[in-house]
Amino acid sequence: MSAPAISRPAGEVDVWAVIARTFLLALLVCLGIVVLYPLVWMALNGFKDNSLIFGDPFALPTRWNWANYAQAWNRGVRDYVAVSLLVTVASGVCTVLISAWTAFGLTRSRMPMKPAVVGYVLGALMLSPTVALIPLVKMLQSLGLYNTYWALIILYTAFRVPFTTFLIRAYMLDLPRDLDEAATMDGAGERQIFWRIIMPLCRPIIVSCVILHVLFAWNEYLFAMIFTSGANMQTLPVGLTSIMAKHGTNYAVVFAAMTISALPIVVIFFAAQRYFIRGLAEGIGK
Amino acid sequence: MTVPGPMTSGPAAGGASLAGKRRARPARTWPSFRWVAIAVIMVGWFVYYPIVDNFIVSTTNQDIYTGEVEYVGLDNYARLLDDPVVWTSLRNNVLYAVISVLFQVFGAFLLAAIIEGLQDERWQRFWRAVYFVPSAISITVTGLLFYFIYQPKSGLLDAALVALGLGEFVRPWLGSEHTAIYAIIAMSQWQGFGYSTLLFALAIQKIPRELYDAAILDGAGPLRRLWNITFPMTREMTGLMIIVTITGAFQVFNEVMVMTAGGPNNSSQVLGTWLYQQGFIQNDFGYGAAIAAVIFVVTLLTGIAQLWYTRRRRVQL
Repeated sequence: MSAPAISRPAGEVDVWAVIARTFLLALLVCLGIVVLYPLVWMALNGFKDNSLIFGDPFALPTRWNWANYAQAWNRGVRDYVAVSLLVTVASGVCTVLISAWTAFGLTRSRMPMKPAVVGYVLGALMLSPTVALIPLVKMLQSLGLYNTYWALIILYTAFRVPFTTFLIRAYMLDLPRDLDEAATMDGAGERQIFWRIIMPLCRPIIVSCVILHVLFAWNEYLFAMIFTSGANMQTLPVGLTSIMAKHGTNYAVVFAAMTISALPIVVIFFAAQRYFIRGLAEGIGK
Repeated sequence: MTVPGPMTSGPAAGGASLAGKRRARPARTWPSFRWVAIAVIMVGWFVYYPIVDNFIVSTTNQDIYTGEVEYVGLDNYARLLDDPVVWTSLRNNVLYAVISVLFQVFGAFLLAAIIEGLQDERWQRFWRAVYFVPSAISITVTGLLFYFIYQPKSGLLDAALVALGLGEFVRPWLGSEHTAIYAIIAMSQWQGFGYSTLLFALAIQKIPRELYDAAILDGAGPLRRLWNITFPMTREMTGLMIIVTITGAFQVFNEVMVMTAGGPNNSSQVLGTWLYQQGFIQNDFGYGAAIAAVIFVVTLLTGIAQLWYTRRRRVQL
């Protein structure tokens, strides 16, 4: 792809263009440092001891001291990771399955009242979790789900189904309709069409949805903080604040815990960037 | 919620009619409704119903220990008007919105234009990814990280200022009523600009190359091309991003909660944290619900704007 906004046509040499180009590159580099340095600092601080952290913020660790990481892992992070994994996987499976069913129903089934249901499901995109907070607490308490994994699994699913349905529906709308018609001729029911034909074709968008859901559920803080309490129920984001409260004076351990909790999601982002970006792009602009 | 909110946007309707026009379809059947039944029930139960219930709760005073509920009409809303912290919160939400629109919409647009202007596609991809990294990380992590960065003495910011000879600017960033909310907003920009830059970059990539080629033939310089082609051709994305950013700014919660919990002296409260403080720390559900109603009204307005915007865009296409 050739340079749209900034570059000059080849052959034209212009002092100002060179200066501008250098300036812009410097800007990109500086911004890159501003973005990455705090994260590197966080990871490095996990290797330092307290006196070094307090003494000289810019100092590099004197040796690769994994003790802080081990301590963070053993003093809670392991349990938080387990809870986060459970909640993320369970709500992810529920969200993607329910959304795929819904999107299928809305695009390719013979159900009645489609436009109304589309408006109903996608209208929920406009409602924010904050507004529902107090009624949800009352409701989950009366259902006996308060401070259970189910509370988070159900809420993550309910609040993510509209968005995920929106993504999958947009994708299914673009699939050729002849496929279903041919299958119907051959006597396939809707269920077979869904599992055998549509789902395999939707694999790219399903992967995007899974990744976006993992990003959401792994990082979610509001619901996790309100609906769970106690060490063995907390997800990583909430657990981190507990570690901060408990070991607040031992900065190095807190930094190590922060690094452990950020790492998986950064790795997933770089590994699955393509799907990630597709999901974001479809989500905002389709 | 601003966690790099890939949770945005949504034009409604339009899917079903496409199918209908093509040819006569078999009759509609109710059993097919089962495909959407679970979603319809879940969304109704856990998303729509609580919003309705919130308005009911907001007209009551509830004692959560005895379970007594007293109907008080609009008293809680009258209290809102007299509560100075509500006005502080609103002001902070508006600040959040204005600054975020500047950096995460217009700043991100310029940055995306610069990145897409690079000759080498690999470098384009590299910068987009680098700037996006903070958006992938949980707000608890980035919030705590900046809590440490803003620490007096041991913090990175003060140390950097001293190293640059700007020692006079050293201050307790989160500990001062004058700077706390700005420090939080600054963190939020750091975390969020890469996300919108990525979206703008994707929008710029969709602009037909021929437009630029023609402009170059006409002798248009880079700034002129930016202003006359890139900006108008991404106007839809810009509008959408402005709306999404404003919506996010009125739902802000996590950043403030993690870094200051609204302090010092309530100077950095936003509506979300004040709702939490009143509803869950003071256990005043009725008043908390009234604050939630304010957030609901604002986000409903921006949501309608977004719907209107995406609809209009569809008609133009």
